[in-house]
Amino acid sequence: MKKYKKVMVIGSGPIIIGQAAEFDYSGSQCLQVLRELGIESVLVNSNPATIMTDETMADKVYLEPITEKFVQDIIIKEKPDAILSSFGGQTALNMSKTLAESGFLAKHNVDVLGSNLETIKTAEDRFLFREKMISMNIPVPEGQIVSSLEEGKKVLKEYGLPLIIRPAYTMGGSGGGLVKSEEEFLETLTKGLHLSSITQCLVEKSIAGYKEIEYEVIRDKNDNTVIICNMENIDPVGIHTGDSIVVAPSQTLSDDDYQNLRDISLNVVRALKIEGACNVQLALDPHSKHCIIIEVNPRVSRSSALASKATGYPIAKISTFIALGQNLDEVLNPITGKTYASFEPSIDYVVSKFPRWPFDKFTTANKNLGSQMKSTGEVMALGRTLEESILKAVRSLELKYDHLEDSSMKDLSQDELLDIILKQDDSRIFAIAEFLRNQGEIEEIYQKTMIDKFFLNKIKKIIRIEQRLASEELSKDLLYFSKYLGFTNSAISRFSKKSEIEVESLLDEFSISPVVKLVDSCAAEFPALTPYYYQTYEEYDEWEEEKDKKIAIIGSGPIRIGQGIEFDYSCVHSLIACRELGYKTIMINNNPETCSTDFSMSDRLYFEPLYKEDVLNILKREKPEGVIVQFGGQTAINLTKDISDAGFKILGTSPEDIARAEDREQFEKVLDDLEINRPAALTLSDVKEIDDILDQIIFPVMLRPSFVLGGQFMEIAHDETDLREYLKQEIIINKERPLLIDQYIEGLEIEVDGLCDGSEVCIPGIMEHIERAGVHSGDSMAVYPSVKLFDEIKEKIVSMTEQLAKALNIKGIFNIQFMHKKGKVYVIEVNPRASRTVPFLSKMTKVHMAQVATQLMLGKSLNDLGLKPGVCPTPDFYAVKVPIFSFDKLSGVEPGLGPEMKSTGEVMGKAKDLPMALYKGLLSLGIDLPKRKNILITLSDRYKQEGASLVKRFHDLGFTLLSTPGTAEYIKNNLGLEMKIVHKIGKADYNLHHYVLDGEIDVIINTLSKGKKSNTDGHLLRRTAFERRIPCFTSLDTAKSYLDVLEYYERKDHA
Amino acid sequence: MIFNGKLVLEDGSSFRGTLIGAKLAKSEMGEVVFNTSMVGYQEILSDPSYCDQIICMTYPLIGNYGVSEEFFESRDLFCKGLIIKDLCTHPSHFSNENTLNSLLVQKDLCGLCNVDTRALTKTLREHGTIKGLIVSSEVETSKVVEKLKNTNLLEQVSKVSKKEEEFFENSSASKHVVLVDFGYKGNILKNLKEKYKVTVVPFNSSFEKIKSLNPDGVCLSNGPGDPMDLQGTINMINTLQDHFPIFGICLGHQLLSLANGAKTEKMLYGHRGGNHPVKDVETGKVYMSSQNHGFIVTKDSLEKAGLDTWFINVNDKSVEGVKVRGKKAISVQFHPEHRPGPRDTNFLFEEFEKLMESN
Repeated sequence: MKKYKKVMVIGSGPIIIGQAAEFDYSGSQCLQVLRELGIESVLVNSNPATIMTDETMADKVYLEPITEKFVQDIIIKEKPDAILSSFGGQTALNMSKTLAESGFLAKHNVDVLGSNLETIKTAEDRFLFREKMISMNIPVPEGQIVSSLEEGKKVLKEYGLPLIIRPAYTMGGSGGGLVKSEEEFLETLTKGLHLSSITQCLVEKSIAGYKEIEYEVIRDKNDNTVIICNMENIDPVGIHTGDSIVVAPSQTLSDDDYQNLRDISLNVVRALKIEGACNVQLALDPHSKHCIIIEVNPRVSRSSALASKATGYPIAKISTFIALGQNLDEVLNPITGKTYASFEPSIDYVVSKFPRWPFDKFTTANKNLGSQMKSTGEVMALGRTLEESILKAVRSLELKYDHLEDSSMKDLSQDELLDIILKQDDSRIFAIAEFLRNQGEIEEIYQKTMIDKFFLNKIKKIIRIEQRLASEELSKDLLYFSKYLGFTNSAISRFSKKSEIEVESLLDEFSISPVVKLVDSCAAEFPALTPYYYQTYEEYDEWEEEKDKKIAIIGSGPIRIGQGIEFDYSCVHSLIACRELGYKTIMINNNPETCSTDFSMSDRLYFEPLYKEDVLNILKREKPEGVIVQFGGQTAINLTKDISDAGFKILGTSPEDIARAEDREQFEKVLDDLEINRPAALTLSDVKEIDDILDQIIFPVMLRPSFVLGGQFMEIAHDETDLREYLKQEIIINKERPLLIDQYIEGLEIEVDGLCDGSEVCIPGIMEHIERAGVHSGDSMAVYPSVKLFDEIKEKIVSMTEQLAKALNIKGIFNIQFMHKKGKVYVIEVNPRASRTVPFLSKMTKVHMAQVATQLMLGKSLNDLGLKPGVCPTPDFYAVKVPIFSFDKLSGVEPGLGPEMKSTGEVMGKAKDLPMALYKGLLSLGIDLPKRKNILITLSDRYKQEGASLVKRFHDLGFTLLSTPGTAEYIKNNLGLEMKIVHKIGKADYNLHHYVLDGEIDVIINTLSKGKKSNTDGHLLRRTAFERRIPCFTSLDTAKSYLDVLEYYERKDHA
Repeated sequence: MIFNGKLVLEDGSSFRGTLIGAKLAKSEMGEVVFNTSMVGYQEILSDPSYCDQIICMTYPLIGNYGVSEEFFESRDLFCKGLIIKDLCTHPSHFSNENTLNSLLVQKDLCGLCNVDTRALTKTLREHGTIKGLIVSSEVETSKVVEKLKNTNLLEQVSKVSKKEEEFFENSSASKHVVLVDFGYKGNILKNLKEKYKVTVVPFNSSFEKIKSLNPDGVCLSNGPGDPMDLQGTINMINTLQDHFPIFGICLGHQLLSLANGAKTEKMLYGHRGGNHPVKDVETGKVYMSSQNHGFIVTKDSLEKAGLDTWFINVNDKSVEGVKVRGKKAISVQFHPEHRPGPRDTNFLFEEFEKLMESN
């Protein structure tokens, strides 16, 4: 076995749909193993919001773009003797493939660890994979590979519809899908061929309706191969597994079925000679033993993260040992500490995974589910019955559901419910429940959905209990049965028409309370060392009292737009800080992808819904010294009152002060008392009252509902029409949740993350947004340190920060968003919690803010920690945090930037010069310097004047300028420059849309016209640009930064 | 949910549950064991090796895919009870013919559901295998304990073994194998029948009887109970191994080892499940195996008995397979015929074939 001294690990880059936090978890585990084995590690990843990019995780961390050139430079500098690329998703695999194929790795004596590239190629190339499977007599779906539209048409003729199109080499099934019409077929195939890096699509006959089953397999070089977990999708084949409700282990497979599929999985993994983890997806005919292999993922994946958390078996960790040459029977199972990694976990609970979709934010998106994954995150729940695990998963989603019941469906007829069920969107399971609730037949749903009757009967069982609750006395037996099946007290209260307090006192009277069970990977066969818990209603409790002082940390739940991996990062750092101060830690979270739910991160992990009842049950049992809510995003903040009312101590900033910052009215008073400027603000607590306040409104205004995260339903209204249009939407506006109507100031946004110990305030850094106010802070590029601010403004900001922190009695961490215009500084909001910039700023300033904040909450002062009040010194570099969007996965969503947050993740660039830092950031998004110079510029009237200066600069750089008639005329009149005129969409046979479709355009600047109705031509243009991966700037500020980069390179080239 | 029954253990502990299956009058005492297989409940229930045992399934959802003729491993259910968490009343599978509960009723087997099976499993793990009885919740525990203490479970093999020999023709086969029935699983016979003519003989058949059948090899089946109870058979095997290639499975493996002078011992709580890693010490390869045994061949006794270790358990390093030095006799503690469980070691039937071919 070759001994490696220095190994390079490639990360997965930013969080996008199809590639989420699971790679931070797997990458971090991989780095931990390298450290354990004394191997020096070098990491490259462009995503600052990750635990894996902490300087303590690897010996050398490069927060650099994962592009060929940058990775090559790092390899030349660091001289690693091997690279590990199976822990960074498709991004890392593609990179190592590129480096190997060019001969670079061989030239620099760098080995590729884990599966060899030939293996990966066979596994991922649909053509080679099919050939291989066919040669082994493993059935594959009937289909053909096509490389052109012409070939596709032939296949269409031969097979007929429906068909499935699967582009090769894309992640999350991008661009593929089930097609039911010829038009759809041609459109999807065109897109798929374009997205595929090898211009290949597989056109398959549909096997929709088959059971979709996954096996997680690990193989070592000695050919020892084991199954870690199998999983069954409740949604049959037809919906991407990332968008399916999944249970583990499989529920409807006999031993014979299970072993048939297991044998195929093992044979495939062996034939491909995979070393490490591999996910195998299979389809099983519900009416026979016929099974088909769908595909394999020859690396750790979202499914392997789920399987790890579902069983307790750390797949990424074990895969690292294997990649380094160890065998399964030589590696100890860390859960038992006695048995070895060469076994197949047996579990004694049921796991349910529910996807979390962004449709609550993207109300205009096409919600129909198919082979294109659309969810941004997921939740997992454990229960001793399937019903319990499903109901726990439902309430983990944080979508206001406390039960498998959507109150908005109450008025729908059975036919309308069937329509929803057939549409196959995110609300399907709720519609099924409602249909059954209304005495609908299981058979009918089965015929329409092919969802196994086993699952439908389980839903029916839940509904029968609802009916008993409504009709019977709340006996001890009935109450116990309801809890046993996972009902919440609030659901019991609703169905039984008793108050929640009555339900609670009955539970007390009957001594019905949850017990704690352990996740141990072996169904209690061996004693387990790892305290990984869940709650259930059963007879015997496995919980043991922890005598030491302990702190509970509330996590941030599923990844969604507005609440991403950044919050998990902060939770993990808080865990580290608590441990360092000698406290035992209790982590409560429900997201299987994350580092915080790695059982080795805390002293006790509760994998539970972040729902009031579940959280309070844990706290009542554990009785922690205090509860930390500052790191779990809005999820944790929203639980603050309940936790505090139940008598538990909230550490740091008090619940009352949190409310003073969160509640608009109270907050305004704070600002007024301090005489701090804020945009003029009005509130509307009843839509009918709009006419009463209309004359007080000075347009433009920013509209936003209170208590939301990520700027959901936030919009700018330029006039009364905009405002009235906005009010027509389904937004809850009432006394408790009024609509906020703020004066919109188009100024420079500034963001500050601060720390306060109750008396002193430390500001690690001031960040400045590139995009002006109006673009959500999460979607803006943020520059650290600030560039544009004069010292006096900075001083003003610092003093306002100090005043606010003190006035709000902040203890711990906080975030303030400021706005600057013409020497005046306004405060937009104060978040009494960690923000999404914490990881970025912590890494850039080397002040581990989440850790410091935790220490402050636990009684340390800034002085104790060696931190001086005021702003930390500015560094000699620039760093830019750049958002990334997943619009290509979500059809129907408007890609233009606005006050509502839309990005799914972020990357960063860091360099001595700002343009270089920007360049690296853009490069990490996939935006490079254009190879040709054709730019299309269309400016709305409001931005024509401002945009003109940009047009000039592009012209000076030698760009060919294309534009629509209006913009061209303005430019000609004002700058005297001729632009090539392209016609507006619908105005000519060959219009600007065709230019974009035909690849004639390299860069687009397109400012949003009034409103943002998604049916406008601009929308079509922007969507097309996104799907074609053509840089399209909707904010002039972003475009200016891009120009800065281009000019910087122009100067460099001529220097 | 009504807790109208309980499982009482010999140590006085009891676990509440809901009665399922046959009427309580049919309830019989058994040794309580747990099985960690997540699928295959029907195969496990019909495995004769569970004779006189009450089976606790650690996976909480049982009965999901119903019952099918195809999955019976023997003609009857020889176990004495089934303890589970969540019984499926609406099974779903294309091969489903019956609910699990109906099967229990038909086969006069008592069961208990809604039991905290994890707690029971932990008890069995800590205290070892122990006798138990399913009773009504109203019955006084102490009285049951008294009865449990005063009853011994003996001679299971004679209860499950066939009384008459039976011949299975295979016109395309040239070889003839004798399967000695200590309570064989259907899939052992099925594996053998595919390749050979097979004669199944009762467990107490004499060497002369087997010799008169003129077999090419003898397979010693799995079966229930303590191998030391079968002294006569042990002596018979001692002679048999000098004349015919032998392949022992589970109890058959223990008997072959005993016949060569090795020792066996009772395990604390046994190996029952489908995820036990066994390692071929010659090749270093690890296989997942299906297991069901409460006794084991003592490691230290192998050398003196002239037995070579063939397989070991990766977790506890116990003996999982032996080869008799200088003889054509091999045996494994686990179940290469699987059903339920992984099929990784099914190739061992080919090893038996090789032994016969070299004869």
